[in-house]
Amino acid sequence: MTSGTSSPVTGGAARSGPATGGTGTGGAGVGAPAGGPRGRSARATGPRTGRPSAVWAVPGLLYFGIFAALPMVLVAYLSLTSWGGLGSPEFIGLQNWTRLVNDPLMHRAIWLSLLLTVLTWAVQTPISLLLGVWAAGPQRNRAVLSALFFLPLLLSSAAIAIIWRALLDPNFGPLAWLGPVLGLPTVNLLGGSNSAFLVIVFVSSWQFIPLHMLLYQGGARQIPASLYQAAEIDGAGRLRAFWHITLPQLRHTITTSSVLMVVGALTYFETVLILTNGGPGTDTTIVPFLMYRAGFRSWELGYASAVAFTLVVVATLVALLLVRFTGFGSMRSTKEGL
Amino acid sequence: MRTPRLSSLAGAAALCLLATTACSGGEGGGGGADDRMHVWMYQDSLVVVQEGAVDRFNEASETEAVIDQVPGDNYEERLRTAMGSSEQPDVFFNWGAGSIEPYVEQDMLHPLDDLLAEDPELAEAFIPSILESGKVDGVQYGIPLRGTQPVMIFYNNAVFEDVGVEPPETWEDILDLIDAFTEEDVIPFALAGGDPWTEQMWLQYLVDRIGGPEVFARIHGGDSEGWRDPAVLEAAEMVQDLVDRGAFGDAYASVKYTEGGASTLLSEGRAAMHLMGSWEYSTHLDQAREFAENDLGYVEFPAIPGGTGDPANVVGNPTNYFSVTAESEHVEAALEFLKYTSQEEYVADMVENGEVPTTANAEEAVADSPNPEFAVFQYEMVRDAPHFQLSWDQALPPNVATPMVTEIESLFNGQITPEQFVDALAAL
Repeated sequence: MTSGTSSPVTGGAARSGPATGGTGTGGAGVGAPAGGPRGRSARATGPRTGRPSAVWAVPGLLYFGIFAALPMVLVAYLSLTSWGGLGSPEFIGLQNWTRLVNDPLMHRAIWLSLLLTVLTWAVQTPISLLLGVWAAGPQRNRAVLSALFFLPLLLSSAAIAIIWRALLDPNFGPLAWLGPVLGLPTVNLLGGSNSAFLVIVFVSSWQFIPLHMLLYQGGARQIPASLYQAAEIDGAGRLRAFWHITLPQLRHTITTSSVLMVVGALTYFETVLILTNGGPGTDTTIVPFLMYRAGFRSWELGYASAVAFTLVVVATLVALLLVRFTGFGSMRSTKEGL
Repeated sequence: MRTPRLSSLAGAAALCLLATTACSGGEGGGGGADDRMHVWMYQDSLVVVQEGAVDRFNEASETEAVIDQVPGDNYEERLRTAMGSSEQPDVFFNWGAGSIEPYVEQDMLHPLDDLLAEDPELAEAFIPSILESGKVDGVQYGIPLRGTQPVMIFYNNAVFEDVGVEPPETWEDILDLIDAFTEEDVIPFALAGGDPWTEQMWLQYLVDRIGGPEVFARIHGGDSEGWRDPAVLEAAEMVQDLVDRGAFGDAYASVKYTEGGASTLLSEGRAAMHLMGSWEYSTHLDQAREFAENDLGYVEFPAIPGGTGDPANVVGNPTNYFSVTAESEHVEAALEFLKYTSQEEYVADMVENGEVPTTANAEEAVADSPNPEFAVFQYEMVRDAPHFQLSWDQALPPNVATPMVTEIESLFNGQITPEQFVDALAAL
């Protein structure tokens, strides 16, 4: 889903031009070998960049259908059953859903997921925006430092979570030696309610800021230098240039990055599993972890399906709302006047 | 316009068909690709014992057996997923009783009563109370395969000598020791609060010592009001008191057992004691050999003043069991394989690896143990226990055990009061 929403940002504007000049028959002929001479002649005369026929979408649709749509339908059905993973699911109507609505653990999980989403966005966006814009510039050593910043993205989530667990160990981690020096009596970050949650926010930021930095770097490089030259002639300083040129020009990149962050935060899972295991108590049990806990610890797959279905619907809605309210869908050019 | 659109539709339909047939073909082929007998084992350093049995079995039998080692962290999740598919193991490691109940309910396991009836020697080879935990509703489904794993208090002798105190014999001693060690900046009890099943051990012993095994037996019978037994509340209040006294230091909530966090505290002398299963000995033998051989001490959990439970009762895991799946293609061979767990070579292998076998003749066998003193202590502890309480989270069905373990964690973290703890459990 995320790749689907991000690709129009880079390719959409360019594609919309030639498509208007293309003919429907020409494109369809490419995908239909049974078209005979008519198809061939159309291909010979018509532009090759014509709109492709529906057949071209078949592999993607099949893939999406088998691995996303079909499981979704099955999950919707399972949410109406009681099933422990063995034998056949037993239909129980809306029991899982009434339980879901009244489950204090679910209410808490939704609140924590929303909090995680907001904090993730608020922490990651400014940092990656500034880093990305900086990395797009011509400074010395920029490439070396950019490569260093990029490193966390090369590690798997599981490895990152395990490393941070070790670093935050209260007895044997580096913080255990640093803590007393800094005046902290004991380092119990993973064992405290708020601190464990903040650790999750911090580790996810550490992991994903490089990705968003890369997006902003690409976005910032696309801004024509002439805009800055014009601003300089008009007497604008660097701050004003950033505020009035860079930010507005990066509007679409901000949207893309935000959608990725929000959907990513709503479905964040493996770091929570390894780093805090949803604890202490249930203080980091966000919705995806609750789903896992219900499904694969308690073996209430029906209830877990209800949680999963809610999560998919909410994440989709949030992503759609984001796209809609930021004008991403209408694709107006950000380079008017050039 | 019309023709290409139709043909594209036809093309899509053809591809769809192709994909679905390819899919179903794959599913059918997956199951019986390999006709070996698969034995699932929880992965740890002790699997060498079962590997020896498989080698001996393969020499004598026409069926070839193979051990699939499954990483311990999510053994139960993987097992259950496999049991729900067509890729079931033929023979698998489990904790007996509650842990195999869901499979018994679905008729997925082969009953072993006939096997024991035909082969009385096998039935008599094991301690009866241990064999008992391999039963579900009176029918035998599991044969013991491991040593016994009682929970006890391990301590660091060197730390006790430094502080000038003696190992605890009574609950009063424990409370005095907590004060003595906290004054010396030593953590009295190492505790891996990041793995709440280690906290569960405390509650299991406290409830058993205060109210006897009947308290949990009632809960196990399905009556969640059993949590309202005064013994549970008293145990929870004692936990709160221990936490307030600093019995576990103040960073235990961040410590994981599986990463060795708690065991290392003990072996390095930063903690004085550790309530843990008997496997703790093998862990130290592996990780800190010098400490295990010179300074590692062990005592039974003391009686609680005013408690009605027998202080000789033990909690932990009686042992682990092998069960046979009903739909296995190798049921006959699997039953034959189970007999290997009572053979002399098998028992000798267990002893050599530091385990205390649950076979009736183990008393003589443990003399050959790398640490006969510890082995005899453990053997007598289990033999003389009127009741051996299986870990609660293994005895209860998972949809109750999962939230229960979380509530225990919250209690230890001081996030809920003992009263809230009891209310939360009774509501499960």
